[in-house]
Amino acid sequence: MSAFLKRCAVLLFAFAVLLLGSQLGQAASYEEALDKFAADSYAETEEAIAAIAASGHPMAAQVLDALQNTRLLYDPASRKVFIKGSSVSLLDAATGQPLAGAPADAQPVRVNNRLRRVIDAALGGLTLLSSDPVKRLGAALAVFKSRESNALPALNAALAKETDPKIKRALTDARAAVVLNFAEASESDKLSAVVVIRARGDQDAVGLLAGLPSDTPAAVSRAAQDAVTAIQSQLAMWTTVQNAWYGLSLGSVLLLAAIGLAITFGVMGVINMAHGEMVMLGAYVTFVVQEIFRAKFPALEDYSLVFAVPLAFVFAGLVGILIEQGIIRFLYGRPLETLLATWGLSLILQQSVRTAFGPTNKEVSNPTWMSGAFELGQITITYNRLWIICFTLAVFVALLGLLRWTRLGLEMRAVTQNRAMAASMGIRTGRVDALTFGLGSGIAGIAGVALSQIDNVSPNLGQGYIIDSFMVVVFGGVGNLWGTLVGAFTLGIANKFLEPFAGAVLGKIAILVLIILFIQKRPRGLFALKGRAIES
Amino acid sequence: MMIPGVSRILDRTASIFLAVVLAIAIVVPFCNLLFPPTSPLHVPTYLVSLFGKYVCYALLALSIDLIWGYCGILSLGHGAFFALGGYAMGMYLMRQIGTRGVYADPILPDFMVFLNWPELPIYWYGFQHFVYAALMILLVPGALAFVFGWFAFRSRVTGVYLSIITQALTYALLLGFFRNNFGFGGNNGLTDFKDILGFNVQSPGTRAALFSISCLALALGYLICRALITSKFGKVLVAIRDAEARVRFLGYRVESYKLFVFTLSACMAGVAGALYVPQVGIINPSEFSPANSIEVVIWVAVGGRGTLIGAAIGAVLVNYAKTTFTTGMLAPYWLFLLGGLFIAVTLLLPRGIVGTVQHLWATRKRPADNDASGVSEQAPRPAE
Repeated sequence: MSAFLKRCAVLLFAFAVLLLGSQLGQAASYEEALDKFAADSYAETEEAIAAIAASGHPMAAQVLDALQNTRLLYDPASRKVFIKGSSVSLLDAATGQPLAGAPADAQPVRVNNRLRRVIDAALGGLTLLSSDPVKRLGAALAVFKSRESNALPALNAALAKETDPKIKRALTDARAAVVLNFAEASESDKLSAVVVIRARGDQDAVGLLAGLPSDTPAAVSRAAQDAVTAIQSQLAMWTTVQNAWYGLSLGSVLLLAAIGLAITFGVMGVINMAHGEMVMLGAYVTFVVQEIFRAKFPALEDYSLVFAVPLAFVFAGLVGILIEQGIIRFLYGRPLETLLATWGLSLILQQSVRTAFGPTNKEVSNPTWMSGAFELGQITITYNRLWIICFTLAVFVALLGLLRWTRLGLEMRAVTQNRAMAASMGIRTGRVDALTFGLGSGIAGIAGVALSQIDNVSPNLGQGYIIDSFMVVVFGGVGNLWGTLVGAFTLGIANKFLEPFAGAVLGKIAILVLIILFIQKRPRGLFALKGRAIES
Repeated sequence: MMIPGVSRILDRTASIFLAVVLAIAIVVPFCNLLFPPTSPLHVPTYLVSLFGKYVCYALLALSIDLIWGYCGILSLGHGAFFALGGYAMGMYLMRQIGTRGVYADPILPDFMVFLNWPELPIYWYGFQHFVYAALMILLVPGALAFVFGWFAFRSRVTGVYLSIITQALTYALLLGFFRNNFGFGGNNGLTDFKDILGFNVQSPGTRAALFSISCLALALGYLICRALITSKFGKVLVAIRDAEARVRFLGYRVESYKLFVFTLSACMAGVAGALYVPQVGIINPSEFSPANSIEVVIWVAVGGRGTLIGAAIGAVLVNYAKTTFTTGMLAPYWLFLLGGLFIAVTLLLPRGIVGTVQHLWATRKRPADNDASGVSEQAPRPAE
């Protein structure tokens, strides 16, 4: 028993001595390195940097960082080195102890651009082995950018240890970048590095491969050239995909804004210039709901949007029914007058909101489940856009279902096709009109909830969408929801594909002109209703 | 031959209106220039400019009434023609600044120097000559209206569809003129004018003269409209308004009629804009905004659609109200009033002020035949 204990104690002692010895050795090389800073020559400073990075001393990173920012001071007389803190405080570089005041003639250790690169690489090498994965990833990316060949040993060491696949990828890329810029690397190493970089396939890879040093072997240059061509054609494809994605995203916003209009204008033939204001009201409902949740139920704040959707629908829908009953009912058969009256109404609604909430933008925050983004190949997809596209399609499908399978939908279609006949069949057309208008307005309100996530919530929110929405409905064809769908996505995608060539504003103008020309060709839109009822 | 024509154009209402406009054209500048500022009869210069602005608006409203009231074309983009005329005038006035600009460039306007433009763009050539600018004031809005109308009417875009694409037209122009590289001063527009035909734009004399010219232009525009609508051509226009398909079946080329009257109306709007610019001293892209164009329509609706003088009266009344409201403590409520006006007029007063008065007058005189005035109320639904 005691023998075992004794053996243990011996072992422990031996271990402690070993540890201490290595610590001492480490400390010694560290202090020797520090001493070189005091020589104030670039060559010695460079040696010192390498030695400090290799020493593995806990102060190493701090010292190199200070050197990088010219916060490392030395005193020529005592050959001591200090770290000036970000505030006035001063540390002894050797011990890490705070000091009261610097010697009078302490001055910063000078660095030049070449040294800065060396420091970067050394720091990268230090953090490459850090235990914090975020720091490791950052270091790998930094080395990929700096391509400093003295990071190679650290990279190799880090690669051998790394288990996280993402960081491992970054390390492999960084190593390939270093190898390609390292004159002493073998040709076969360089060729395999080209393969690694080619697999990366982004703009950085193109930059790296196109800017290889002049002493690169011919075979490697050729491989790099091929890789650049391949990557560029791939990038062009990704750009197309990206434009298509942006177009889909814009199209879904347009669809959301226009779909309510497609009902009021398309199904009822009512021009509702206050439609944009229904969208705006929906956005303000979102804002109010969010504020209430923030004040009363902070735990549920993330889900205030879920509650805002039905509330916005009901609120905007009720306002819509009020408008129909109060104004539009009296103006059926006089579309131009309806247009003017609802325009007046839109002014009143805007001004009311401005009076109630003030003219400034209101802040509606993204819930956590809607913020952030993920990468798909070379494009970034933000969650809020993705949600809005899904939401739009859900609303569209729900609306289609409502028109197709519910009693209200049946009555709405009947009234659209033949008002007099529908009335004779006992459908209360007045009630159907009011409900239809309420439905269209309610959907505009829902659109407001979605738009509050990507646009400024201000009294002018609706105005920005009204002309676009009309364009979508007119382009898609009146009285046909599928037309609205196709119209919205066509316009959205066309807009985004024109933008890179013509710029945002000219692209928009081009779209407007194209629609004006299109209406010449098909005055009733893409998906026109056919039949006698439509031509008056 | 001449005499019956004149009496046809100048019925009693028309004569009174013309007399009033001409009287104002003489009296206001007279009171401004001849009476000293202390006199109670003195009209201050700022009022002359303000009224001059109203008169230009009246001419613009007249041009809309011609197509909306008599031909059923509701243009929500007439502000575009107004602004184009204004820009043509503004370009002339910019060229007149010469070396008096901030950068003292003899050829290039300040904003071009500022943007480092090496030389004048081709479309600015010739604008130093007043005659050329005057021609452009008529031609540019006219040509745009002709091309646009030719496309629109030929493919029978009518009713609200036409209204919406006219709105898109002015919206597209708005976006375009906001751009610096369009060459019209971007969102600052054209301003800082000095001379018109050698006279200082700021001087009271020039302002008074511009006011008189605006009144004369209004009177002339009114006469042209009267001549048009009292002719056989005008009867066809009204017929198109009331039943486009029937007129077409009777063998008239509806498109040509509409195209002519639309182009004429655009030219009138251009002249109104050209007279407006030197009096307010600036033209910028906001004149293209769709909201402005819709506002013009409400002036016409308030005054009385299809009455011509109603349009002019409505323009002056609504704008007077706007000035009163937006300069005082009531400014936040102006949009409530304007919006309410849109709703009230369409719901309660579809004939407008002048139309209602005429209607009452007619029913009092001939109770049996109470729709002799032929205002739009009893018209069949506009073809949609």
